[in-house]
Amino acid sequence: MFVRTQSLLFFTLSFFASDLFAISATILPPKDQVVWIGNGAEPRELDPAISTGVPESHIIDNLFEGLTGLDPITLEPIPGVAESWTKSEDGRTYVFKIRADAKWSDGKSLTAEDFVWSWQRALRPETASEYSYQLYYIKNAEAFNTSKIKDQNKIGVHARGKNELVVELENPTPFFLQLTAFHTLYPVPRHTIEKFPGQKWTRPENMVSNGPFKLSEWKINQHIKLVPNENYWNHKLTKISAAYLYPIERQDTEERTFLSGKLHRTNEVPVLKIPLYEKRQKSNPTAYKPYRADPYLGIYFYRFNVTKPPFNDPRVRRAFALTIDRSLIAQKITRAGEQPAGTFTPPGTGGFTAPPLLNLRVTKKDVAEAQELLAKAGYKGGKGFPKVDILFNTSDKHKKIAVAIQQMWKKNLGVDVGLYNKEWKVYLNAEKKLDYQIARAAWIGDYPDPNTFLDMFVTDGGNNKTGWSNKTYDGLIQEASKILDQKLRYETLLKAEKILMDELPIVPIYVYTKPQLVAEQLKMIDNTGKLIEYTSNIQDRLFLKNMVLVK
Amino acid sequence: MIRFIIKRILGMIPVILIIATVTFFIIRLAPGGPFDSDRAIPEEILANINAKYHLDKPIYAQYFIYLGNLVRGDLGPSFRYANRSVNEVIASTWGISAILGLCSLFYALCIGISAGIVSASKPNSMRDYVPMTISLLGICLPSFVIGPLFILCFAHGFGLVFEYFNVGGWEDPKDVVLPAISLGTMYSAYVARLARGGLLDVVKQDYIRTARAKGLSEFTVLVRHTLKGGLLPVVSFLGPAAAGIMVGSFVVETIFNIPGMGRFFVQSALNRDYTLVMGMVLVFACLLLVFNLLVDIAYAFLDPRVSYE
Repeated sequence: MFVRTQSLLFFTLSFFASDLFAISATILPPKDQVVWIGNGAEPRELDPAISTGVPESHIIDNLFEGLTGLDPITLEPIPGVAESWTKSEDGRTYVFKIRADAKWSDGKSLTAEDFVWSWQRALRPETASEYSYQLYYIKNAEAFNTSKIKDQNKIGVHARGKNELVVELENPTPFFLQLTAFHTLYPVPRHTIEKFPGQKWTRPENMVSNGPFKLSEWKINQHIKLVPNENYWNHKLTKISAAYLYPIERQDTEERTFLSGKLHRTNEVPVLKIPLYEKRQKSNPTAYKPYRADPYLGIYFYRFNVTKPPFNDPRVRRAFALTIDRSLIAQKITRAGEQPAGTFTPPGTGGFTAPPLLNLRVTKKDVAEAQELLAKAGYKGGKGFPKVDILFNTSDKHKKIAVAIQQMWKKNLGVDVGLYNKEWKVYLNAEKKLDYQIARAAWIGDYPDPNTFLDMFVTDGGNNKTGWSNKTYDGLIQEASKILDQKLRYETLLKAEKILMDELPIVPIYVYTKPQLVAEQLKMIDNTGKLIEYTSNIQDRLFLKNMVLVK
Repeated sequence: MIRFIIKRILGMIPVILIIATVTFFIIRLAPGGPFDSDRAIPEEILANINAKYHLDKPIYAQYFIYLGNLVRGDLGPSFRYANRSVNEVIASTWGISAILGLCSLFYALCIGISAGIVSASKPNSMRDYVPMTISLLGICLPSFVIGPLFILCFAHGFGLVFEYFNVGGWEDPKDVVLPAISLGTMYSAYVARLARGGLLDVVKQDYIRTARAKGLSEFTVLVRHTLKGGLLPVVSFLGPAAAGIMVGSFVVETIFNIPGMGRFFVQSALNRDYTLVMGMVLVFACLLLVFNLLVDIAYAFLDPRVSYE
């Protein structure tokens, strides 16, 4: 049994570190253990295979469990439905041992065949799962999903007996054990789905799930109620007796609800009030601090349309990139503790940290270099520069940032840049069609590995949307996907990151944080059973089974 | 009268069909589709999604499919909420919007008509200026100012005795009070002005002079004799106003976190959820037509000069 060295190291560290977080407080009796969470929006659907949004994932991650679970703080893979697993020497084959006592919430036994059926279902073209590409690391998955092959049994997942699941991958995928904790790869109840048409199986009266909770109520736009699933293998860990998730969309309404004591955790904090909260926290360090802004695995950046002048010239792109003061934006405009970004991949993603390859502040030297580049490109002092605009989706925050950047370019390069905002869908459409010169963008990572960021910009990648193409870059990404050794793989990815930051089809600006308000009463229980302070994780995954309310 | 009503009801059907047709084509003019997202979807998957919702067929074919379902009362599946059909979304939310609407309307009428009567009883005096100035405030202050203001005073903010109400939600019966007031204030202002105007018009009539000459108290004159005729402008206003209030105010519903229909009205357009948009528009159109009919019938009872025979 080859348990990853990283996991072993982590478990040892956490054993000692958890002592640092341990607190003592009185846990409320079970009848008072009802948690109220602000969830941002009404879920579109609760089918793990087709769901795409974050509010949906908050619910689905508690209704279902995959082969692996995740540690609530570090997001390291831990045993889930699979109690153990082995990996082949070449990293391409995994054998998962499914727990003997794994059950659905209706008592029916959960077997390896359930996983086979569920993954085949997620890949079936008729299911139309938008996240099916997360399974493309499995052998023949992409071919089946794009109808190049018709036999679903050719997909590299098979059951060996009741409790063994054999998975064959196209390449050694170091983050595969994190993918098995991603909702598209969750098991779904075949017996329920085949009984009800369409999405009706996700109605509270029909739904069967295998996670720590089951769906008790679903009132549209009002709330979703989850109650503990007694058939969950680890149900003893769950302390809360019910959880209500409220789809409150307006930030100020959500904040009011929190302040009046009716929410234990909000989804967001009103943007305009963030500086106020930050100031209040600093002025009284020992008082109760509901506001927190934890690092979030996402990057805010600008795209250049490299297919047309002036941004088809890398010198122009570099000049523009050098003269954005990333530190200023993070400190003075967004002000929620964001870190200015010198690379596209947020530092620390899956342990991968590239040194800053772009300036975080704008110095005189940067301005001089930028002006020289612009001059070499034929626009000395900004003269003759064509009219370009920054496109962003309607939002106060994006506007403030765009206005600041517009000023920076005017001051440092002498270039006049326009701004225009479009409604979300119109903006997406324009970006996809490359109908822009500069566009605001963001990317939230799907899993804690640099690949989720760097593989966006391969030639003709669906998420590229800049028109940029670099064969060396493509080659490096391909090569990295085949490397087993993490150190070697990260060296390859660093080369790719360097190319990206050299050619700059995109300009990173800052790494996201997730501002939230958390009630003092809400604490957590780590996986060893110890009571700890509420701690967030970089993917903002909701771990209700680790939550508890104290006096 | 009955013939009149039947003729009107039959006349509604072509109107609804025309509205459905125009809306169907107009909403598809906006760029962007229901399944656009910031994550790239593989072409084949997008093709499958579009096929599921008939979006791959030519637009005329889609139209006839939609129409065919419409006459059977099936408004189709929601493009955005895969879990619900439009019928279900409307069924589970219209009741809430209706209750909120009725309460707002009731509040608006009570306050508005009383203010109108008070104003009209002694025109161009303080008794007139004060209510009318307050009503001007009601028209000018938008609901997203009044709403949070009320929340601050009566739910959570000043920590005074008044923290009786909830900040929002729809769990308690008393949760209807603050949103109804926020929503109804603007309408009550209009009603007050219209009532005042209508009453002043009637008060000049000869038969009112007769009533006064007969020695009736001012109260009886105002309420029993002038009100019926004076309320005609209010009644005309009520038709579209009631429909608008019933469909729920998007702003009030989001401020007070009420799970009504109004939220979907705006959100569905932003989401390009074509079927839900159609459903909302058709519901609003039906309400408008029905209320206008009711208003016309009310006219026959209020004004003896009006007759539909």
